[in-house]
Amino acid sequence: MLNETYSFILAISAAAAAGVIGSFALMKRTVLAGDVMSHIAIPGLGLAVIWSINPLIGGGFTLLIGCLIIWHLEKKTELSTEATIGVIFASSVALGALLINSTEELIDALFGGFGNLPTSEFVFGLAASLFVIIAVWMLRNKLIIGLFSPELASATGINVNRLNLWFLLLFGLTILSGLRFLGALLAGSLIIIPAAAARQLTHTIGAFIATSATLSILSVIFGFLISRAYNLELGPIVVVISAAFFALSLLKKKK
Amino acid sequence: MADKILEVKNLSVKFEDTVVLENINFSLEKGDNLSIIGPNGSGKTVLLRALLSMVNHDGAIEWAHGIRLGYVPQKIDADRHLPITIQNLLSAKGKVLKLLKSDMHIAIKSARLTEKMLSTPIGHLSGGQFQRALIAFALLGKPDILLLDEPTASIDAPGEEQVYELIHKLQDAHGITVILVSHDLSFVYRYATKVLCLNKTSVCFGSPELALNTEVLEKLYGGPRKYYHHLHEQGS
Repeated sequence: MLNETYSFILAISAAAAAGVIGSFALMKRTVLAGDVMSHIAIPGLGLAVIWSINPLIGGGFTLLIGCLIIWHLEKKTELSTEATIGVIFASSVALGALLINSTEELIDALFGGFGNLPTSEFVFGLAASLFVIIAVWMLRNKLIIGLFSPELASATGINVNRLNLWFLLLFGLTILSGLRFLGALLAGSLIIIPAAAARQLTHTIGAFIATSATLSILSVIFGFLISRAYNLELGPIVVVISAAFFALSLLKKKK
Repeated sequence: MADKILEVKNLSVKFEDTVVLENINFSLEKGDNLSIIGPNGSGKTVLLRALLSMVNHDGAIEWAHGIRLGYVPQKIDADRHLPITIQNLLSAKGKVLKLLKSDMHIAIKSARLTEKMLSTPIGHLSGGQFQRALIAFALLGKPDILLLDEPTASIDAPGEEQVYELIHKLQDAHGITVILVSHDLSFVYRYATKVLCLNKTSVCFGSPELALNTEVLEKLYGGPRKYYHHLHEQGS
């Protein structure tokens, strides 16, 4: 078991990954589909409890399935996509609640909690976050062209379909690395909220991504301080602080 | 032929059960300026997309070996609030294709983009500037062929003239072959070396003077066309 310092390092790295992937998700307008994805982890967490395996393995497994389903739906343009995603979301939460029959475990799954952090989870979380950041950096040019126009991207020789799958998998991995301390209900929030605030504050893409990551990290730092000072749960505090950043960002008038 | 750049044989495109293009045949040589004309829904955009291998098709599309294509789409549904500048886009494409900085300067200069335009978010550009940005994007990578889909659809008249002139100059300066979908028959008469009239199937193909006669235009658009006069002027 590792001490609080390691939890803190893990949370910071997950937050940085969330800020980076969130800025692209916001520009791709897939934040909500992505948020739904975090709920798909819940049945996986339930299964992990039943089979007494590491919750991240269970959550990772159902997240992977979630990525593939959304990827497949994105390829179709019919209106039913949103409805299907809604159905998947609701049934995941319900299924998860049925599978997890202890209230305490359910609360942990939904809202997170560091409890005991095994070394393996620390190493995995850190590696996953770094992987996400590096992969987004390497894919950034293709992502930028794809954001502007998928049609021009494919005319440039970019495999847009594969790029979308990569993005979803990175998104899933980001959620997985935030799952421990934010829980399934809130894991998506550090992806959405800091990016939304950063978008209000910046005009260039570089500043946007950097600000999104910075706000996400600041939310975790302040979250840690407040949760320690007042003995509160870390996950919800972090999300409330990021929401406060967003509220403040609204004060700035956009040009 | 040595400088044949494109040969299209029996091209057909079907979307589920709807035939969009049927039995299209034409060929182009280096330096040609092909205008594709036809009423709305006649398959012009689909033809361009088929040439770019973006839709499934039957029949043969044979490009000369090692040909590079540049594409300027009709409409970009880009989110106007994206914090992305032309500079971002051009440098992204340059890095994806591993191009040199000098290639970027050439594309920027050819499309006559100014420093100020380069650093303006795409949502803040005027219609004409946006179109020139798209042309610069297409020119990056030194294409042998430029495929343009109604490049002036969303531009006012002076801007339209500028864009057409730009395309024409590019052709003169770099010997680029142009395939252009256009509504504007006056442009067709002025610049096109070949014209393809499309209405699901090919109604005419050849030089504008020979291919475009009253009968063809009536068949194409189903009514008199104000450019008939123009046609007579050309013929006389």
